[in-house]
Amino acid sequence: MSEIVNEPSAKGPGTTATTERVAPPAAAPARGGKPVLSEGKKAERRLGLLLCAPAAIIMLLVTAYPIGYAVWLSLQRYDLRFPADRAFAGFANYAAVLTSAYWWQAFFVTVIITVVSVAIEFVLGLALALVMHRTLVGRGLTRTVVLIPYGIVTVVAAFSWQFAWTPDKGYLAALLPEGSAPLTDQVSALAIIILAEVWKTTPFMALLLMAGLALVPDDLLRAAQVDGAGPWQRLTRIILPMMKPAILVALLFRTLDAFRVFDNIYILTQGSNGTGSVSMLGYDNLFKAFNLGIGSAISVLIFIAVALIALLFIKLFGASAPGSDTGGRR
Amino acid sequence: MREPLDPRRGRPGGGRRRLALAGGALLAAAMIAGCGTEAGGPPVLNFYTPADGATQYAAAAEACTAAAGGRYTVVQQTLPKDADGQRLQLARRLVAGDPAVDIIGIDVTWTAEFAEAGWIERFPPDIAAQVTEGTLEGPLETGSYQGGVWAAPLNTNTQILWYRKDLSPTPPATWDEMIRASEDLAARGLPSYIEVQGAQYEGLTVWFNTLINSAGGQIVSENGEVLIGQEPSRSAAVRAASIMQRVATSSAADPSLSVAKENDGRLAMEAGQAAFQVNYPFVYASINTPPPDGGGGGTFIDEQGRPAGTDTGRQVIDEFAWAPYPAVEAGTPAKVTIGGLNLGVSTTSLHKDLAFEAVQCLRNRENQLRNAVEGGVPPTLEALYSDPAFQAEYPAWEAIKTSLDNASVRPKTPAYQSISIVISDLLNPPAQIDPEAVVGTLAEQVARAENSEGLVP
Repeated sequence: MSEIVNEPSAKGPGTTATTERVAPPAAAPARGGKPVLSEGKKAERRLGLLLCAPAAIIMLLVTAYPIGYAVWLSLQRYDLRFPADRAFAGFANYAAVLTSAYWWQAFFVTVIITVVSVAIEFVLGLALALVMHRTLVGRGLTRTVVLIPYGIVTVVAAFSWQFAWTPDKGYLAALLPEGSAPLTDQVSALAIIILAEVWKTTPFMALLLMAGLALVPDDLLRAAQVDGAGPWQRLTRIILPMMKPAILVALLFRTLDAFRVFDNIYILTQGSNGTGSVSMLGYDNLFKAFNLGIGSAISVLIFIAVALIALLFIKLFGASAPGSDTGGRR
Repeated sequence: MREPLDPRRGRPGGGRRRLALAGGALLAAAMIAGCGTEAGGPPVLNFYTPADGATQYAAAAEACTAAAGGRYTVVQQTLPKDADGQRLQLARRLVAGDPAVDIIGIDVTWTAEFAEAGWIERFPPDIAAQVTEGTLEGPLETGSYQGGVWAAPLNTNTQILWYRKDLSPTPPATWDEMIRASEDLAARGLPSYIEVQGAQYEGLTVWFNTLINSAGGQIVSENGEVLIGQEPSRSAAVRAASIMQRVATSSAADPSLSVAKENDGRLAMEAGQAAFQVNYPFVYASINTPPPDGGGGGTFIDEQGRPAGTDTGRQVIDEFAWAPYPAVEAGTPAKVTIGGLNLGVSTTSLHKDLAFEAVQCLRNRENQLRNAVEGGVPPTLEALYSDPAFQAEYPAWEAIKTSLDNASVRPKTPAYQSISIVISDLLNPPAQIDPEAVVGTLAEQVARAENSEGLVP
């Protein structure tokens, strides 16, 4: 599923560079009929395609084949423990997954984790980005320090959260009333999972948003100030609209990432007490039950959900989506 | 990656290519050499074992290589520490037809699954007869499936009751007694926890299996019939579920019960918070081992038996005792679920005959004794239990032997793993079990899992 994430990142820098030239508020680029290309342009385009080809072919090999194979597996009854029963099953696996309470339970847990953690991350990340952007002294140091949580391996961080919240052992559990075991209850365990996610990925969000802040010209802000716009108005009327492309990239990346949440849950609760995400469900069906058919159907459904999220974001943010502006293309 | 455009650079480029080719060839040769096991000398038998006890298994492999007199070499290979990781790695290798897997150490619950999937060889009758000879019945049962021997018992494992004799001078004989005793202790402000495996994992299924079998029921029969929904197994299941629910909701319960595994029970006991724990014999080895590997005798306790912050001269170990596993019905011994490790021969092996021979050696008396003494795991050869050397090393041997004699086996079905996941999901958290309702759901979900229909949670 990583190609979803990779694609915008490949285009990301280009977008940031071009939006500087195209005034975002007037982001209604002319989408006329295809311009007639000259010979030179055609040759240039051919060379461009040739240069892209190796990367595209490798991407196809390493992503299209596994995805295709997963789809093929998801259409079969195929359980490693019953090799003799292997047969084509059509959409039976999908029906089994979509009518299963386990799937919907995991789906809603995933949606809650995604929405809450991304919302908190966005607010915190924006605040951090503004602070980092305005810092006058020790800018490099501040940015490095802020990035530390993102540099720590998720599993390692998850283990330290787990110990911290374990009664009698952890320093955070010690702050709670005697006898509470927060990782054993659905609501508090989900809160801890979200906390771990937020702690870990807010720096990433802040970094992406800071790149967006660099797009906001200082003279525009000064002009607004002269016209009497207060700090809040400047944030909501100028900074945020100008940062739209960066916000889209940041939110999209984090939403896709958060939807596939796995490692924090795997370490913190193992999915017990109703805290399993869809990725946990897929893992359990594939690698514990050895049911390749059902497990692949779950993976494909996660893939579709992720693709829908990406599509929704691009529709929602319209013209500022990476790659949707024609101005950057030649 | 096209050829250099500049013709003048053709030669150096070609040279570089030759170099790259030579390098590639060298790498390939090294890789082939690395995989090759037949580079002269006797055939190599790879013996895959769990990480726990790997030192003892490696020693056994060496001893058997020496005993083979040059006919084969046994090389021990280490699998992950957790059972799911071991099973996953073995399954991957076996499905892919890895010919370098010869002898595998498999959990007692995987026999049916590995046999049905065609991953392990059935033991030929003559060797099966030798395996049966002198082996404890319970462990032997775990290696058998559909009337044949598929895996030879190496170690076994069973739970007994470990308790604090200062807090409970006579050990409780039943779960009811134990719950009452623990509530009494809590009312007096003393350490009261009953430590048992309540987390959502295999350990919870083991607890349930022990209770339902002790109450005279069974989850699934060997021919795949789901019994839990019909009498008498149904009422046994209700009884088992209600004991679990009462342990978890008692005023004396450990608040972390719903995430507690074996090691958490050991830690709570060593920290002086628990009065009782049902657990495997490793807890005895642990409390006798100095930190950081073990509990070093446990924490200091005061006169009443509460954990003390200072050196009182009295530790948990001074009051640490063991007794048979609590029964469900007074007078009827509990039927404790057995664990352990069996040895199977992979269907992908190129030297199956030699592998069967090596299995015999790997589980002989000397090697089992080493596993017991150095690794703490109970042996499967009956004769060892009457050996004074073994008894001296294993003070709890009598309780363990009793437990093994009354053993119950987990459902012998290829879908066991799915069934276990369903059970541990429906019974966790134990405090929220509704005994009557859950048994109906269990019957339905276990039947689906048995037929490999639908999802596992």
